[in-house]
Amino acid sequence: MDHAGAMPLLPEVREAMLPYLNEIFGNPQSLHAWGDGAREAVEEAREKVASLIGGSAEEIIFTASGTEANNLAIKGLARARADKGKHIVISAIEHFSVMNSARTLQKEGFEVTLVPVDGYGVIDPDEVSRNIRNDTVLVSIMHANGEVGTIEPIVEIAKRLPKDGPIFHTDAVASTGNIPVDVKTMGVQALSLAGNQFYGPKGSAALWLKRGVRMLPLMDGGIQEGGRRPGTEDVPAIAGLGKAAELAQKNLPERMQRLTQLRDLLINGVLSGVEHSMLTGHPVQRLPAYASFCLNFIEGEAILMLLNSHGIAAASGSACTSRALKASHVLLAMRISHEVAQGSMLFSLGLDNNEDDVNYVLEKLPQVVDRLRQMSPLYSKYMKEQRG
Amino acid sequence: MPVYSEKVMQHFMNPHNVGEIPDADGVGEIGNPVCGDMMTFYIKVKDNKLEDVKYKTFGCGAAIAVSSMVSDMVKGKTLEEALTVTPSMVAKELEGLPKNKFHCSNLGAQDLRKAIMNYAIKNKIDIPGLTDKEEPEEEEEHACET
Repeated sequence: MDHAGAMPLLPEVREAMLPYLNEIFGNPQSLHAWGDGAREAVEEAREKVASLIGGSAEEIIFTASGTEANNLAIKGLARARADKGKHIVISAIEHFSVMNSARTLQKEGFEVTLVPVDGYGVIDPDEVSRNIRNDTVLVSIMHANGEVGTIEPIVEIAKRLPKDGPIFHTDAVASTGNIPVDVKTMGVQALSLAGNQFYGPKGSAALWLKRGVRMLPLMDGGIQEGGRRPGTEDVPAIAGLGKAAELAQKNLPERMQRLTQLRDLLINGVLSGVEHSMLTGHPVQRLPAYASFCLNFIEGEAILMLLNSHGIAAASGSACTSRALKASHVLLAMRISHEVAQGSMLFSLGLDNNEDDVNYVLEKLPQVVDRLRQMSPLYSKYMKEQRG
Repeated sequence: MPVYSEKVMQHFMNPHNVGEIPDADGVGEIGNPVCGDMMTFYIKVKDNKLEDVKYKTFGCGAAIAVSSMVSDMVKGKTLEEALTVTPSMVAKELEGLPKNKFHCSNLGAQDLRKAIMNYAIKNKIDIPGLTDKEEPEEEEEHACET
């Protein structure tokens, strides 16, 4: 139930990767038969990834992670436009790879505006357009949030951006392969995606960059990926990404329907089975696999440890679960208090989950919550106040 | 899972002495939910000894294990003995705590001191080892930002 953290490879994806770990080990840049096989695999994967998001193959730049794709987009696009202006706009709930890339640009003299979100984690398109200035060169708003599952109104944001204005990038790492993503209708010029969010291998990701959009590379090297991302291609990972994209495209409606059903079973079960619990993120505009909550009076790490003892894997945005010991910036941006954010829980479902799994969580979670509340001073204080 | 010692896991999975003492002789509250950890210790004192020690804890696995360990370490001890328990001793008994959690979760010994202080003030007594030390530097001990 922590598929946002890691997903198992689909067997077909593993099969698609194996030849490139074995006999077809060539370098795609080599001019011989071994190179040919590898090059064909990379180009076939490029077609499949492009097809999944409605782009062209030559617009796909393979990277080693969603984080790298975001870094490349934010820094590469902004730096290529530094002569035109030094202002960028991002949302307050972006992934760390976007947040921290923007922070790096700040040190280079860029100004960064953070657009706030509402209590559901939704970005107001008007709020984005209000923050656009003459010197704004880049807007980056995520397609869907990876902590609470809220889907952002990308099309509406794009509509409100001035023509010939800033480049619009979207971090679609959490959404691609899980909900429809179509660069033709979204109105973006750059989009990040990662295979490990749709049953592809870790280390497989890409940046889609609209033809003709100028971007500086992060690394200097050879001619791979048109010089925008040099380095010998990770052929097995790219082949796996291609297969995962092909399967996601083929099975998307069925996957969405199945996961939405399981998700709603879980959401309704938790909200009715656990007192003082709330859903985080938008109730409807949310990723099919994401069920996220805040459970009052208790702390996320302790919940995760007890769930783990029952064989249940989940995640939390509590301060104690993060290495930095800071509560999730996403929850705080949604104006959830530190105290309530401590009880944050994320269940991200996957194709290997079934109704029995959800029912098992619904059986164990209330026990875990009850056990921790019995030892929580916040809960006993609350109960005393209730009794007057 | 976080890298916790076996001892921490034992105390977390099966914490000792959880609860409240309604007619406690001393109560100490410490922490702040912003930092993620909060605990309340309750003590019952008889013949200068901690006849009973209970607590409630809101926090991570380490915070819960710390509370349990402190209660074990001081129960039945004299007040003077109990006051010699330090966070480092608690961490040692727990076979270590993750470095980043040492300060924020290791509040048990300080909170117990607060409970004893509360008892001393209520009963207008002076306990060696209590007043000759500064109040625990609660704020400094917190690693988190508020």
